[in-house]
Parts: sequence; C-alpha cells; structure tokens
Amino acid sequence: MAGHSTYVPKTAVGRWFESRLPIVGLIHSSFVVFPNPRNLNYLWTFGGILAFMLVAQIVTGITLAMHYTPHATMAFGSVEHIMRDVNYGWLIRYLHANGASMFFVAVYVHIFRGMYYGSYKAPREILWILGVIIFLLMMATAFMGYVLPWGQMSYWGATVITNLFSAFPVVGETIVTFLWGGYSVDNPTLNRFFSLHYLLPFMIAGVVVLHIWALHVPGSNNPAGIEKKTDKDTLPFHPYFTVKDALALVVFIMLYCWFVFYTPNFLGHADNYIEANPAVTPAHIVPEWYFLPFYAILRAIPDKLMGVLAMFGSIAVLAFLPWLDTSKVRSGSYRPMFRFFFWLFAVNAVILGWLGAKPADGLYVIASRICTAYYFGYFAILFILGFVEKPSKLPASIAESVLGRQGSAAAVGASAAAEPNTKG
Amino acid sequence: MATTAAEPTRRDFLFIATGAVGAVGIASAVWPFVSQMAPDAATVAAGAPVDVDLTPVAEGQILKLFWRGKLIFVRHRSAQEIKDAQSVDVASLRDPEADAKRVKAGKDQWLVVYGNCTHLGCVPLGNEGAYKGWFCPCHGSVFDTSGRIRQGPAPTNLPLPPYEFVSDTKIRIG
Ligand code: HEM
Ligand code: FES
Repeated sequence: MAGHSTYVPKTAVGRWFESRLPIVGLIHSSFVVFPNPRNLNYLWTFGGILAFMLVAQIVTGITLAMHYTPHATMAFGSVEHIMRDVNYGWLIRYLHANGASMFFVAVYVHIFRGMYYGSYKAPREILWILGVIIFLLMMATAFMGYVLPWGQMSYWGATVITNLFSAFPVVGETIVTFLWGGYSVDNPTLNRFFSLHYLLPFMIAGVVVLHIWALHVPGSNNPAGIEKKTDKDTLPFHPYFTVKDALALVVFIMLYCWFVFYTPNFLGHADNYIEANPAVTPAHIVPEWYFLPFYAILRAIPDKLMGVLAMFGSIAVLAFLPWLDTSKVRSGSYRPMFRFFFWLFAVNAVILGWLGAKPADGLYVIASRICTAYYFGYFAILFILGFVEKPSKLPASIAESVLGRQGSAAAVGASAAAEPNTKG
Repeated sequence: MATTAAEPTRRDFLFIATGAVGAVGIASAVWPFVSQMAPDAATVAAGAPVDVDLTPVAEGQILKLFWRGKLIFVRHRSAQEIKDAQSVDVASLRDPEADAKRVKAGKDQWLVVYGNCTHLGCVPLGNEGAYKGWFCPCHGSVFDTSGRIRQGPAPTNLPLPPYEFVSDTKIRIG
C-alpha cells in the first residue's frame, strides 16, 4: 500500500511476474518491511485477531451453508441435523456461533484501544470511520445470522429489531413490510436474511482492505500517541510484529476454544433450542450479549421513536468522535483528566450491558437512564476537556518513550539490531 | 479548457443526452429490485378472509388465530371486563379511543384485536397486568380489557383487524 518497497525478486520468474503484477512487492512492503512504531503494546494485536476471526467466520459459515436449509419449516431441523448427523457438524456450528462472540470481544477491545490512545485523531479520521462502518456491518451480519437457526430467540429477536423501523413516522410501517416481505416475520424474511448474511461478510472484507489501506498511509498510532520521526522510532513488521501478533492470536484462540469445547452454549440462550412460534413470545427476550448496551439505551427512553433514535445515535456518534474530541494530545497516557472520564465510560458501557439483560422496570430503568446520559455526556465532556485540561509532558520521540532519554541516545550508536529484542 | 468552445459542442450534447438516458435507465433498473422486497402475490393471496366460529370460545377465553401471517386475539369479555373498559375517562388515555369504537355495536362481549404489541411486536400475555387486559413481557407495556395502551413504551392501542359479523356467532376477518 504505502510505497516502502525495496523488494527485488530473487528469481528470474519472480522478476518476470513482479514486472507484470507487483503483488508480492505490495505484500512485502505492507507486511514485511513496513515500519511500525517500536512501542506498540499487545492492544495493537487485535487488528490481526479480527482479520483471523473474519476468515474463520467465512470458512465455518460457508461450510454450514452446505448443510443448512433456509426455509421456515426446515431451518430449525437442518440446524439440528448439522448438530447430530453431519460429521463434526457440532464443532463447525459451535465454532461459528462462538466465533461471532469472539469477533465482538476483539472488536470491542480494538475500539476501546482506539478511544484510549486517540487513534481516531488526525490524520486517521477516515481510518476510524471505516472502522465504524465495519462495526455496523458486523452488527447487521451477526443479527441476521442469529435469525437463521429459527429458534424462539431468532424469531422474536428478528421481530423486535425489524419493528424498530416502524418507529419512523409515515414510512415506518412500509419499511417494515418491505423488510419482512410479508405482514410478519416469516419465510420470505428468513430467505432474504440468509442471502444477506452470506453477502455481508464479503462486504466487510472489502471495507477491511480500505481500512488497512488508510492505516498504511500514516502507519499505526502508538501508546505514546506521537508520530514516528526517525528510523530509531520504528521496527520492521517482520519479524517483530508478526511474532507479537501470532503469539497474541494463539492465546486468543485458546480462549475461543475454551468456549467452543467446554461451554459452547454459555453465551447463547436456551430458548433458541425451541423452534420459532409466532403465537408465543418467550418470557424474557434479550439480544446476544454484544448488543446489550445498545438495547439498554433503547429501553431507557420511554418514547418509542426517541428510543430508536438514541440507539442508532449511540453508534453514529462514534463516527464523529474525531471532531468531538478537541484535545491535540492523542494518547490518554498523557491526559490525566481524560483518563478518568475514559475509564468511567468503559465501566459505564459494561453496566449498560448488564442493564440490557435485566427486566425493564423499576430501578433498572432509572439506572439505564443515568448510564445513557453519561454515554452521550462523555462526548460532550471530551469536547470541553480539550480546552481545560493540561496534558502532562510528552516524550520527545517514540524511541525516548521506550528507552528513556539516556537509552535513546545510546541506541543510536549501539547495536541497533540486537537491542530491540529486549523491547517491543 | 481553452479548446472548449463557448458554443455547445456535439460532445456536450452527447454527454447530457447519455446522462439523461442513463439516469432513467438506472431508475427503472432499480425499481424491480426494490419492488421484489414487498409481500409477494402468494403472501397477499393468503390474505383471503377467514371465518371464525365463536361458539366454542367461552367467556373469559382468548382465542389466538392467524390471518395474513399476523396473530389475532378474539376475546370473549366478561361483564366486569366490559364495564372496566367502558368506565375509563377516554381523555386520560395515551391513544384516546372509546371502548364502543373498538367493538361492533351490540357485540360488546367480543373484542377482536391484532395480537402483536404496538411497541416492538411481542405477543402480550392475556389477563395480566394492572388492568387485567394484556401485559407485554418484552418491555412492560400494559393494555386494558379494550386492548388500549395504559402503561409502558407502546405508543398506540392494539389495532383492530377488518372484520364483520356474518351471523350471531360467526365473524369474518379480512
Ligand atoms: C462477519 C462474519 C459472520 C458473523 C459475525 C456471523 C454470525 C452468525 C451467528 C451469530 C449465527 C447464529 C449461530 C447460532 O446460534 O446458531 C450464524 C449462523 C449462520 N451463519 Fe454466520 N456469521 C458470519 C459469516 C457467515 C458466512 C460468510 C456464512 C456463509 C454463508 C455464514 C453462514 C451461516 C449459516 C448457514 C448459519 C446458520 C447455522 C447456525 O445457526 O449455526 N455466516 N452466523
Ligand atoms: S414489544 Fe411489547 S413492550 Fe416492547
């Protein structure tokens, strides 16, 4: 992507190919010699983890689609067929269902990393907005995937979420009818959701390419939040970051496998093993855990339309974050006041998630309102903080932030190749 | 730029003409793709009227049935339930509607309403909630014995499907 290509193929065939399609050189410049800030911590490994999860979902998903039947009378049975009859069907389905959850675990870490270190600030606004778009596409994909097994939660989740659009005046009812392809959630709805559930991951893959392209123009942000200036501030992607990413990925996969093999239904709902019944709503319907904070915001507002707008707004506001945060300093490590509000925001988001799973009455509603107010208030606070906060002193360079003032001077002459092994 | 004459050229004409045809072409190509999302002919045809025999529905019972894929409640109300529904101050309601407007004249005991909560579509539970009409377990909407919204997030009353009495004990929905 960005041109750091020093790549010269070793063989004549390689040179012949490269002069016609310089793709190996593109990979070489993007993922081998690409200069990354030397101070990246493990929070920077989640991008790679996310890429892995997307591929894992596509591979397991396409395999499931070979055995799954997208029809209202057969979908539930075909999922049971996958679980009981298909060789390793249980494994592939559990990998896919838990894979969706792990995908969201990774994306939430990734988003909060960006929010803490100010990765959304100039010159990375487009990169950040592309990320918000990926997040939206992921939510749409996961929502429609959850409808496919056609259990009670699938059916009623689909009903409640599609009905959100009925809140819009005048056109609302028509939109909902067009989403359903009928007068209620039914076979046409299931059919189109399957088609779109198959499509969207590939659209995500497309946006991911843009996301990485936009990333490789300025390069990664880093825990110090200052730009790389000299070669001393960076290390080549390979082997330093390939190894770091791989190690984190393996640990992450261990957690993923723990869910798949030891408690595969922990994150799901028992009601989804009951076939969809349009005449009975389960006593306690809740969305998947990764939607809970937004669901809590929806329910916190007593008015239907305002509730829906607040919920969509809570995601849309993220896209404007680069302009809502007025501070020139990127990294939260150098912003004492910001740090307090940031962690409060993080805790607040978790509490919202907890509230989203509780019944919508009494104290829970009041608590949801307070948390919703802070969720939006955070962005207003960020706006003001930029004017009133006094940041602590920034290091002069990335190298200095890692090695200290002495070390950074020493590293110039000393064995620059051996030394980085102690850090990074 | 200097080479472009102030006079419209043949290229300008072709540009505008092609663009105009293209815009119409795109619009007419998009139309079928939007239209196919609407309920199809088979789904619409399933909206043929259905007859419901009311004789087996005992007082206090709520019958559930489907018309056009939508759930409908047929409720045989008791004298007390009718009285509760009628004695409400209509002006105090969120979606003001008199009980008489929600049933057929002389058939006060029969309430026929759509069975999906007007909030986000869950099925409310019958004979529950503060007004013993319906209670929606999803987000706590409470409906009275006339199917009118009394508490909770739902904005409107349970709507009435089109129906008529074809005999004393039989209704036709649709
Ligand atoms: C962004 C990536 C994806 C996400 C987040 C995702 C999410 C989900 C979720 C949450 C379910 C419900 C799991 C359950 O409870 O059973 C599901 C089911 C399903 N997905 Fe995906 N999916 C993704 C990609 C794909 C792809 C590329 C395909 C290929 C066609 C696919 C095919 C299926 C099928 C056939 C089912 C129904 C079987 C089942 O329920 O296990 N998915 N998906
Ligand atoms: S769907 Fe009935 S209260 Fe929300």
